[in-house]
Amino acid sequence: MCTTCGCSDGAGATVTEPDAHHHHHPHDHAHDHAHPHAHDHPTTVTLEQRVLERNDRLGERNRGWLSARNVLALNLVSSPGAGKTSLLERTIRDRGGAMALSVIEGDQATTRDAERIRAAGARVLQINTGTGCHLDAEMIARTLDSLDPPRGSAVLIENVGNLVCPALFDLGEHAKVLVASVTEGEDKPLKYPHMFRAAELLLLNKIDLLPHLDFDVGRFLDYARSVNPRLQALQVSVSRGTGLEAWYAWLQERVSRLGT
Amino acid sequence: MHELAITREIVAAVLARSGSARVTRVRVEIGKLAGVLPASVRFCFELCAEGTRAQGAELVILEPAGRGRCRACERELVLDGPYSACDCGSYDLECLSGEQLLIRDMEVQECAPPAAVQTAPARP
Repeated sequence: MCTTCGCSDGAGATVTEPDAHHHHHPHDHAHDHAHPHAHDHPTTVTLEQRVLERNDRLGERNRGWLSARNVLALNLVSSPGAGKTSLLERTIRDRGGAMALSVIEGDQATTRDAERIRAAGARVLQINTGTGCHLDAEMIARTLDSLDPPRGSAVLIENVGNLVCPALFDLGEHAKVLVASVTEGEDKPLKYPHMFRAAELLLLNKIDLLPHLDFDVGRFLDYARSVNPRLQALQVSVSRGTGLEAWYAWLQERVSRLGT
Repeated sequence: MHELAITREIVAAVLARSGSARVTRVRVEIGKLAGVLPASVRFCFELCAEGTRAQGAELVILEPAGRGRCRACERELVLDGPYSACDCGSYDLECLSGEQLLIRDMEVQECAPPAAVQTAPARP
């Protein structure tokens, strides 16, 4: 078990659909391992292999599968409580009529988020990672067939709330969207630079609370851009609906870019 | 926090490439900027290797320093952490190395061959 957060492997992850009338068809994948034959004395075998090669390969495969169907996949990452699920609910309610959206929910336990998403009106599958602290490409591969997103649609993947581990595991997404909130520290980008560097879009949420807080938006954005100068940033309040048009425009543009 | 998943991949990879041989040593490279704690990998390795052909294998961890290039002034510099600045004041750095997470090689030893299969003596 992991010494820091007690995270475990992904083998115990489960996929649940809230209405559960569909079967899940895992992707098959090729096994092409070489088997060198050693002799009686110790032999050195060169591997020169990336540790996450299997995940990266599956991630590429997922991306290919999605792109071939003109389906955009976004990996939404944040600390717990920044507002990922609320953002998805609101996005589905505001844009679900104009855009085809489906959701993959990742949480350690429960189908609560999936039930919220379904109530908002989108097709959703829940992955429970058990003790795992991040989603990986294999979990996404297992869900994509049964999710069966239509052409020209977007799959929004809500990762486990965690700014550390999900940065390392490619899911096959086209972009990572980082949700941060003004109730967190301004120095989050400096403390979690890997995630801020990996993200393409940053949504700074809960800006309606700014009058009650000592949060300096300018300083936060300076920190974020110092870690990732190419990061696009939007300021939003999901609960008040502030700034969301820019997010919807970004989302629409990214879907259109893949063609239909 | 993800070290267990990473260590499982290391053990799975060496087992997949070692046939029936016992794995006695594994050399991995964890760059200083990889965001992975070598001490945790070491701890997890023992757990993951237990009961496999890699049980008891020595784990050698190489930790190459980070190297980057400043996009503002083009200078190359040593990066000692994921958040660094160039002397010119810019934070816009391109990482050249230090983020790698690699299995370099392993040492394997063939197990003693199984005892010759006894065949029943032919009836006279």
